[in-house]
Amino acid sequence: MSTERYRSERTRLAVAGARARTRVALDRQPVGDVRKGGLFKLLLLLAVGIALAMLVALIADAVIDGRERLGFGLLFEKGSGDPEQAGLQQALLGTIYLIGGVMLTVVPLGVGAAIYLEEYADDTKWWNRLIEVNIQNLAAVPSIVYGILGLAFIVRGPLDLGFVVAAGSLTLALLVLPTVILAGREAIRAVPDSIRQGSLALGATRWQTIRHQVLPASIPGIVTGVILAVSRAIGETAPLLLVGAATFVTFKPSFFEGGYTALPVQIFQWVTRPQDEFRVIAAAGIVVLLIVLLAMNSFAIWLRNRYEQQW
Amino acid sequence: MATRDTTASSASALPPGALEAVPRWGEKAIYALLVTCAVVSVATTTAIVISLLSPTISFFGEVPITDFLFGTEWSPQFGEQAQFGVLAIVVGTLNVTLWALLVAVPCGLGAAIYLSEYASRRVRKVLKPTLEVLAGIPTVAFGFFALFFITPLLQDVWPGFLGEEPGIFNAGAAGIAIGVLIIPIIASISEDAMSAVPGGLREGAYALGATRMRVALRVVVPAALSGIVASIVLAVSRAIGETMVVLIAAGSTANLTMSPVESIQAMTAYIGVTATGDIATNTIEYDTIFAVGTLLFVMTLLMNMVSIRLVRRYREVYE
Repeated sequence: MSTERYRSERTRLAVAGARARTRVALDRQPVGDVRKGGLFKLLLLLAVGIALAMLVALIADAVIDGRERLGFGLLFEKGSGDPEQAGLQQALLGTIYLIGGVMLTVVPLGVGAAIYLEEYADDTKWWNRLIEVNIQNLAAVPSIVYGILGLAFIVRGPLDLGFVVAAGSLTLALLVLPTVILAGREAIRAVPDSIRQGSLALGATRWQTIRHQVLPASIPGIVTGVILAVSRAIGETAPLLLVGAATFVTFKPSFFEGGYTALPVQIFQWVTRPQDEFRVIAAAGIVVLLIVLLAMNSFAIWLRNRYEQQW
Repeated sequence: MATRDTTASSASALPPGALEAVPRWGEKAIYALLVTCAVVSVATTTAIVISLLSPTISFFGEVPITDFLFGTEWSPQFGEQAQFGVLAIVVGTLNVTLWALLVAVPCGLGAAIYLSEYASRRVRKVLKPTLEVLAGIPTVAFGFFALFFITPLLQDVWPGFLGEEPGIFNAGAAGIAIGVLIIPIIASISEDAMSAVPGGLREGAYALGATRMRVALRVVVPAALSGIVASIVLAVSRAIGETMVVLIAAGSTANLTMSPVESIQAMTAYIGVTATGDIATNTIEYDTIFAVGTLLFVMTLLMNMVSIRLVRRYREVYE
């Protein structure tokens, strides 16, 4: 019966009018605000766009400049003073040796430190806090300072290895160690405590718990961190300049004797030559480097997403 | 009573000391090994400080520290007439850093606000890894990009009223390339800080009738300010420490100028260029590398400390 009343012409008009007025008051923002909001969003998109455009330009520029020399020949030709002949063989071998050394040092050291900090260290003790702050700081020390460390401490000074691959490896390992530790800690922290408590309650010792429960569960995160660290080490140039990877090399490298070169160092040397042919081969080298690094980074991201565990 | 008796008797049936922990030497050895791993990081810092310090001290034995810090002429390679006014290359570094920040701060913050406040989940899922790719590109590639792409581009579009156009090596192009390189640092740390701002603050502002832009600029940005400042400080520290780009694209003439068109020498570039040659130890030139290195280390260390403090502050407030 009351609905009957609503249906009367006058009421319907009144309701529609009230509704329209409400909409005007609440829905529509002042024209100025709409414009300002739109403009602001446009500026934000521009900011993102500039970053992306630079990324595209960098890759496209290297591909276009280097297209004449791109091909499998580039990978297997030996180093040479003639840009038409020169290839990346020594540089690639040097990088592989360097990275082998980096992995041998950084994986045990980084994972060990991460386990200590997450599983054993008592946060309230000043020395543990010192280690933590120290690692955070080390992560942001400029890479060339590691080069100075390598020059004064590893090449000369206490270790006195000379300008060899092992010195370069050790320098790069110290450089990326904080990355591995930080990633390792995050992966270990993500394993819930109930897993540890269950294992300990069944009589496992602390190390057995870590070895059989915590580590297997955190392996994907640790591996992701190691891959990212290694890809950083592959692209690093500055510290290697200081620890001797600048010599012109035509033979295969070895760990403890003789000169060596590495992919980014070789590219740097080509970039600094004035002739145009060197610019072409430098660009081709950059494309090779980018392909290696992008492949590694994508693999790391894929791994992270694939094995991300929800507890 | 009965139950208590049985427990008591079974406990007494065990040989004495059975419930005491057996000393596990293996566990202790592993613990010692892990501690050693953690100590390596502290040892690294100590080694850095030691290796920087002793040549630096012998450097200041020959060059008065006031000449070094306040002199404006830098020509350590000139033997007898050598000048060690580090200000010339410090200003070179600051010159490049300024242009880098002019690119990176607007782009990085814009990207951070967009990712945290505007982007849909799907857009973010694509955009964030793409920006991470930018962070993974080696710096030697950025140097090439600055020298062979940005510099020619600047020379082409340079408007006449700004004076002479940039040379082959110039601070501006290196600065822009470093700016692009540090965009991901500002974007990702700022975005973290903005995402940590509780949704309640945003909803409160919306309920009061604020527009999206106002919520972003007046609520989220101020609330995340310490994280944003931390990201910028860290980016500055990274820009100051960047070597390859300035070595390739900015030149190697120490030049006390803030002009983007001129060739300059940055601190890192000096170290890179001087240490590449087979340089003899115990010469003043060798020591100079370490003196500049010490200054660089101290500058970046101070900034990193500030940045770590600031990040900790926003974590404490919202998490």
